[in-house]
Amino acid sequence: MTTFVEAINETMARAMREDERVIVLGEDVAEGGPYLVTAGLAEEFGRERVRNTPISEGAVCGVAVGAAQSGLKPVVEIMFIDFITLALDQLVNQAAKAHFMSGGQLSVPLVLRTQGGAGQRNGAQHSQSLEAWLTHVPGLKVVMPSGAADAAGLLWSAIADPNPVVFVENKSLYFRRESVPDPPETIPLGQARTLRPGRDVTIIALSRMVHDALQAADRLAGEGVEAEVIDPRTLVPLDLDTLTQSVTRTGRAVVAHEAVAAGGFGAELAAQLQAAAFDYLEAPIQRVGAPYTPVPVSPPLEDAYRPGAEEIVRAGKVALEWGQYDAEPWEKGALAGS
Amino acid sequence: MDGVLAAALLRTMWRIRLFEERVAQLKRTLQVHGLIHLSIGGEGVAAAVCGQLRDDDAVYSGHRAHGHAIAKGAPVDRVMAELMGRVDGVCRGLGGSMHLVDAEHGFMGATGVVGGNLPLALGSALAAHLRGGDRVSVVFFGDGAVQAGHFNETVNLAALWRLPLIFVCENNGMAEFTSREEHSAVELVSDVVAPYGFERETVNGSDVPAVYDAFGAFLEAARAGRGPMLLECLTYRRRGHYEGDPEKYRDPVAEQAWAERDPIAQLAKRALEKEWLDAPAAGAIEAQAAAEIEEAVRFARDSPLPQPEVAAELVYAGSGG
Repeated sequence: MTTFVEAINETMARAMREDERVIVLGEDVAEGGPYLVTAGLAEEFGRERVRNTPISEGAVCGVAVGAAQSGLKPVVEIMFIDFITLALDQLVNQAAKAHFMSGGQLSVPLVLRTQGGAGQRNGAQHSQSLEAWLTHVPGLKVVMPSGAADAAGLLWSAIADPNPVVFVENKSLYFRRESVPDPPETIPLGQARTLRPGRDVTIIALSRMVHDALQAADRLAGEGVEAEVIDPRTLVPLDLDTLTQSVTRTGRAVVAHEAVAAGGFGAELAAQLQAAAFDYLEAPIQRVGAPYTPVPVSPPLEDAYRPGAEEIVRAGKVALEWGQYDAEPWEKGALAGS
Repeated sequence: MDGVLAAALLRTMWRIRLFEERVAQLKRTLQVHGLIHLSIGGEGVAAAVCGQLRDDDAVYSGHRAHGHAIAKGAPVDRVMAELMGRVDGVCRGLGGSMHLVDAEHGFMGATGVVGGNLPLALGSALAAHLRGGDRVSVVFFGDGAVQAGHFNETVNLAALWRLPLIFVCENNGMAEFTSREEHSAVELVSDVVAPYGFERETVNGSDVPAVYDAFGAFLEAARAGRGPMLLECLTYRRRGHYEGDPEKYRDPVAEQAWAERDPIAQLAKRALEKEWLDAPAAGAIEAQAAAEIEEAVRFARDSPLPQPEVAAELVYAGSGG
């Protein structure tokens, strides 16, 4: 059994063994980093290829972009996704646009690994889920694995990709164990995975919420509801076909992520699905996400903030019960105002 | 300095000068597009620096990039076509004036975000270092970029990692519309990097042989694996920040002083005095450049506008998104 951290670590090591152009850089990476994701790499590959950097996210990301434009394949780590704010100029204005603006002369084969998510009482600046920002920038690819085997297979494809790929991990998944084949199966970017088949409602969940979605499906099964659970795995490119096929079959959908619901990637999923499957929908697509506040640090507040299986079950029931009861006109008005 | 070198430098400077004067005209009739930043008066730095580099050396520039691109070898006709948004532009019309790239000649890119090019150049130097060889990277930036966070971060990293990167600052005393006294507490950029302990020098950017010699010494050291270094060239921006800038800040006294310090006029004068060139030879350089620029305008006008599909095709490299 392999942890998520071990799967990523071993994939980076495999890539570095196979291709000397692969380098790793970021704060504390030669020391292994706070979650030990890069542990042992400096010992095996040396500190020239596994480079500790100062706390200079902007320049470090820019160095990785420039190195990628000149023939290296950097894997740069931004320790917490909250700090990606400091690297966004390089990521958004340089990495994402270099191929386009140069008329195809330049390419940026870069992986930016980072991790987000709440649940460890780290407060509002070390717990966010900011992936939606990245999906808004043409030229970036965005990957969000939910398990160790997927993480290994997707990171392998991300390192091989000629484009900048942001690889968003979730800290609460890091020490979950699962069986990972040796060598891990390569997973192409843009291929969703159906984890549980079902005919009544489709639950589309990202990253950590995939596990909550599976729990929610178990609970719904206890009430006689068959929920299908799908993990898109990559947000950009998005496997809309797999999602649409499921939703046209079930007629009901819940999209769930840990990020703030407002402006989250769930909004994009809901919009794309309603455009692709409007005639098949029996209910409005339900969204599950965090409330519109920063992440609180106090334990009861953070626990209340983090969406989980319960919120998915509730959203699933709204989708399932939609239209089954005839409301009086005054009740419909009250609902609309609620 | 000898006749051959002086002629080469004059030729590059005239090509840049006449290109940009033509672009200023074309901008008034909207034949070139977008924000246009000209380097007229500062051509000496581009010519003296890029004239010593090889195609496999990487140059990064900022928003005022035409001169650097041309001096590094980008063909003037394809640069002109790029400014006109044509398919034969160096970037197929997708980059424009602020985002010129000519990878074949090692002009790895201009950026419109001030200071954003600095870490890219360091990354390119890291690649040169790890992949072996004696390639160097050069980054051009203005004194306005020195107050951006990327500058300090990149200078520190470059000093820590000792990579073959040469910082070339064109200190023209202005950050957009704001004078250096108002935007920096330190007068000279070479003083800003003093604590980092690497080699640094400030030269008169209009004195082309001085820039040539100072950069040449740094280049030799960088090829031998030393670096980074910083060369500060004091220049003057004889046009506005961009074409159409109202230039309310313009000081007529400084204007006159710098017109007299024009790098082309100074080098031409010296070349005649030292008998490196005679007057007909010097005149022929200008005339030849003028003909080349007119040909470039014809080439660019004849080039078709791009088809709309090209934009979606170039978002991702390889098999696409």
